[in-house]
Amino acid sequence: MGTAQEAVARRTIRLLIVDDSNIVRRRIERSQQFDELEVVGTAANGLEALELARRTDPDLVTMDLTMPQMDGIECITQLVRFKPAIRILVISALADKATAVEAMERGANGFLNKPFTDRQLNDAIAELMY
Amino acid sequence: MLREEELKTFVDGTTRYFEVAAQQPATIGSPYLLEGEPAMHDYTGMINISGKREGVVYFTAPRAMLTVLLMKMQESDFSHESMRDLVGEVANTISGNARRDFGHDFVISVPSVFAGEKPQLAQPSGARAFVIPIHWRSHSAKLVVSLT
Repeated sequence: MGTAQEAVARRTIRLLIVDDSNIVRRRIERSQQFDELEVVGTAANGLEALELARRTDPDLVTMDLTMPQMDGIECITQLVRFKPAIRILVISALADKATAVEAMERGANGFLNKPFTDRQLNDAIAELMY
Repeated sequence: MLREEELKTFVDGTTRYFEVAAQQPATIGSPYLLEGEPAMHDYTGMINISGKREGVVYFTAPRAMLTVLLMKMQESDFSHESMRDLVGEVANTISGNARRDFGHDFVISVPSVFAGEKPQLAQPSGARAFVIPIHWRSHSAKLVVSLT
């Protein structure tokens, strides 16, 4: 029998990637290095993300903020309302402190600024997974 | 009106973008005042700025440069759509990073993207537009910033 950490590590963590840039969505999918992460969907705006989240039941979401139709702040608010245990990593170019604070107050659990390196992405995901 | 010392925010943002996203720093030329019609490359990503400042920030680059940039980002899709996506993302990232200095009231739009057409620039009247020349590998691009 393994340790509790090993049990957590073996569990599949369902990831939803939300960003209006196809390039960024693919980059996150390609760069994450966790065997236990399963990408269950990608969305280009907050509305798509909410619909996908209801269908795919993600454990973890990477969330852009500046998006058409529904922005990331509104999407975080609604996601947390219907799934309070969800973990949300904001990945945004918006680099002011007030935005990070607002995202966290709405329910985000981490904040990573664009542009980011693979290592920064994986460190930020790891912080939310374990 | 945009002050020359505020340009440093955009110069630093541009430098950071290439250093991190392409793992290869760009050389930034001396910014200059734009006079007349702006010269556009093949693809242009434009961000409208509102809030306590008004204006536009746009990144314009040739297809050849964007292709190499995508390759450096491990991308394998070099389609027209990827080029459009990339110029929009570069403009968005540099503009969004500027909030570190300009603050929360520096409101940025989602990107508008132009390819092979002349963009409709929502440049505020009386605002000066500065051109920041970007040299990366053998390619040249521009970031243009025009703010009240």
